[in-house]
Amino acid sequence: MADTVRDPPPDGTDFHELEDGEELFPEPAAAPEESQPASLPAEDISTNSNGPKQDLLFDDDPEDLFAEATEEVSLDSPERDVLLSDGPSPAITPITPPTSVITPRIGHAHDDMFTHSSFDEIEEEEGGDSFDIHISVSDPEKVGDGMNAYMAYKVTTKTSMSLFKQKDFSVKRRFSDFLGLHSKLASKYLHIGYIVPPAPEKSIVGMTKVKVGKEDQSSNEFVEKRRSALERYLMRTVKHPILLKDPDVLQFLESSELPRAVSTQALSSAGLLRMVNKAADAVNKMTIKMNESDAWFEEKQQHFENLDVQLRKLHASVESLVCHRKELSVNTAQFAKSAAMLGNSEDHTALSRALSQLAEVEEKIDQLHQDQANGDFYLFSELLGDYVRLLTAVKGVFEHRMKTWQKWQDSQMLLQKKREAEAKLQFTNKPDKLQQAKDEIKEEIEELEGKVQQGERDFEQISKTIRKEVSRFEKERVKDFKTIIVKYLESLVLTQQQLIKYWEAFLPEAKAIS
Amino acid sequence: MMEEVKEVTSALSVHGHNIKITDVVKDGDALTFVIVSQKLSGTGEYHVDRTWDDFEWLQQHLFSQEDVPGLQGVIFPPLPAKASGNASAKIMKQLGVLGLGEWQPYCKALETFLQQVATHKILNKNKAVEVFLTSSDAPGRQKVKKNIFNRLSQAVEEMRKEGHKDVDEFFQTERDHNLVLTGCTKTAAEKFLDMVLTEQKIAVACGHFSAALHLCVEPGEDPDKKAFSRLCVQISEVFDSMKKNMTSVAENNVNTLGLGLDLESRYQEAEKEMLFRRTCKLVELENARRNAEKAKPVKKAAMEEVKTATQTEFQQICGVARQEIKQFHGVRVKMLQQALVQWCEKQLLTAKESTDQFNQHLQAFRGMAQ
Repeated sequence: MADTVRDPPPDGTDFHELEDGEELFPEPAAAPEESQPASLPAEDISTNSNGPKQDLLFDDDPEDLFAEATEEVSLDSPERDVLLSDGPSPAITPITPPTSVITPRIGHAHDDMFTHSSFDEIEEEEGGDSFDIHISVSDPEKVGDGMNAYMAYKVTTKTSMSLFKQKDFSVKRRFSDFLGLHSKLASKYLHIGYIVPPAPEKSIVGMTKVKVGKEDQSSNEFVEKRRSALERYLMRTVKHPILLKDPDVLQFLESSELPRAVSTQALSSAGLLRMVNKAADAVNKMTIKMNESDAWFEEKQQHFENLDVQLRKLHASVESLVCHRKELSVNTAQFAKSAAMLGNSEDHTALSRALSQLAEVEEKIDQLHQDQANGDFYLFSELLGDYVRLLTAVKGVFEHRMKTWQKWQDSQMLLQKKREAEAKLQFTNKPDKLQQAKDEIKEEIEELEGKVQQGERDFEQISKTIRKEVSRFEKERVKDFKTIIVKYLESLVLTQQQLIKYWEAFLPEAKAIS
Repeated sequence: MMEEVKEVTSALSVHGHNIKITDVVKDGDALTFVIVSQKLSGTGEYHVDRTWDDFEWLQQHLFSQEDVPGLQGVIFPPLPAKASGNASAKIMKQLGVLGLGEWQPYCKALETFLQQVATHKILNKNKAVEVFLTSSDAPGRQKVKKNIFNRLSQAVEEMRKEGHKDVDEFFQTERDHNLVLTGCTKTAAEKFLDMVLTEQKIAVACGHFSAALHLCVEPGEDPDKKAFSRLCVQISEVFDSMKKNMTSVAENNVNTLGLGLDLESRYQEAEKEMLFRRTCKLVELENARRNAEKAKPVKKAAMEEVKTATQTEFQQICGVARQEIKQFHGVRVKMLQQALVQWCEKQLLTAKESTDQFNQHLQAFRGMAQ
């Protein structure tokens, strides 16, 4: 046997060769193993557990974990698919702080990102990239036929942020994709106190008309309304500094193929509200009422209750305005017609011409009314509607905080019981079993102490997060309303200027009658 | 040499063209109008109080003048329907644009009626006009005897005569034309009113929105809360401006073109009635002719007399009617022109004012911190 290999004989060096690993293990083995802990939660979730194992795993040294997992969780590694899977279904109870699940990209400039243990630090690290991203949803296109048809929308992102691979890119998405994105974000972030913007409402009636192929005004309006709502939804989502960096969001915006989101029934904001309400009921059914030590939360909750009522009133008011505006448009068109007929029947030439001109002016004014009605609707009515829906998410995070508190209290109660049991053990008369029982209880107590600590931390964390989120919400609210009213005023000014033009053109005609 | 000219002067001692209704007083159901007219002698004014019943009294007297040949050929200035302080929805609907704006358009319509009567060369000779305008006592309220002009007395059978073919092309054309115009004008006036009512609804909706925004204002030192409260107040001011704008637009519509279309519509109806009266006379004449032809010798002379009398009446009516029609054509064009010009000017002014106001709001918002 001629050895072509001139390498040192395997005298005690086998071990080293094996470590190099290339011959024995054709596939790269290092990668999957090192990131094993990171992918664990994804598997555990399916078993519907609260995940005590995870608590123990990630409790003490999150930094170490990340040090291990670093470069492996890159864009091209196979684990990314696992991390970015359809995610936990919304019905699942909360998973642990997602530090372990997600490793958000911040930008290549931040090499130390994986030592962050929470989003707080990530957020404070804004550093390099200022917020510069614009998303538009356009070109609705019907795909397919009959009841299986759907609308595909083009989602275009224009940005200079280093978070993205390109500066200007688009993808095609359908409505259920948006719902899928929202469900993933909601399941990841809502329970830890982040206000996740709700997805636009489903509409069976609206979509059926579109599927059936009705090419009329109302189905066009429906598509336009939906397109606008999807655009606002995406913009609101990316304005959130944490959500912007979520891999699901990035994949949604960038990836040409998206795995189809299934079971979208629970994914609309109405579904979310139902889920939140169910959770709230579950909490209320328990006899313990939350001992609110922080007046801030009580006050804010009351404030949001009031705001909800007021916004709904405003929304109803604007809807009424839109309705009347449309009515005015119809009436103006009818008057224009009658003026035209009058002009045609008129003998007197100059008067006849003036009346015909009058009819034309009124037709133009009709168009102005329609534009204004659209302005009323798309600016104010939809803004108010969005905020009413957004408030359900706000209420949701407050509910989750209560749940978190409840969990902490439960652990504490259990711990108390175990301690009492331990104390009782001292007086048992079975000395042979005593030691075993003592050991068991000690173990349980240790476990529970850990749980209690975690519960307290979770509660503090969610409280802290909610405070920040509420502050952000209130600032955004002022910005949003201000932006809208400025746009609205601009449209009002434009309308009046158009009217001036029309009247100035008509005046000489009226004067020229005799 | 100064000849003593027997002037056929009007019995009127006041100017007709500038009669004004300066006030309307509501007392429960009844509305009382204050009418001011200028003495011809230039020495002052007459102020009188009149109710709608007094107006009707005047109109009845005009209809029943006996010594005027061809009176039936007159296009009588139309009197608006009776309005009451607590008018039912039905009456308000009937009044149309005149029922809006706190009786201002209604007063204008009554004013126009008086001006038209007082400047009408035939009608202003009626003593009733002088009494109406100058007597400090309200004219007697006794019901005047029924006359052919009372619209309500026109039997349904008589309406068949409306389509009766004419012997004169001028009149046939005028009748056809009037028929079309009456319909078109009525429709235009109705559609215009619909527009105005919707504009009013929009103004109300803006007011509601503005009020609802004030509910969002919350006390507190929190800077974000304060910012939002301040924003709500400012937005509500914008909607107040929108309400003001829409209210002006509606008012302008009512006071100019709305009134104009309403008057034109009622005037066309008045012409229609005149033409109908003439047609009825024509039918009467044709019947008289037939009777005269067919009459047995015993009755022949009597029938001939009737025929001749009817013929004279008819010719007189035609004579007056031609004049009236000519006048009517001139007056209505002028009136519509005036309405259209005023309407345009007022809307132009409102648009300019609103532009300024909205721009002011816009600058204020843009200048806001953050």
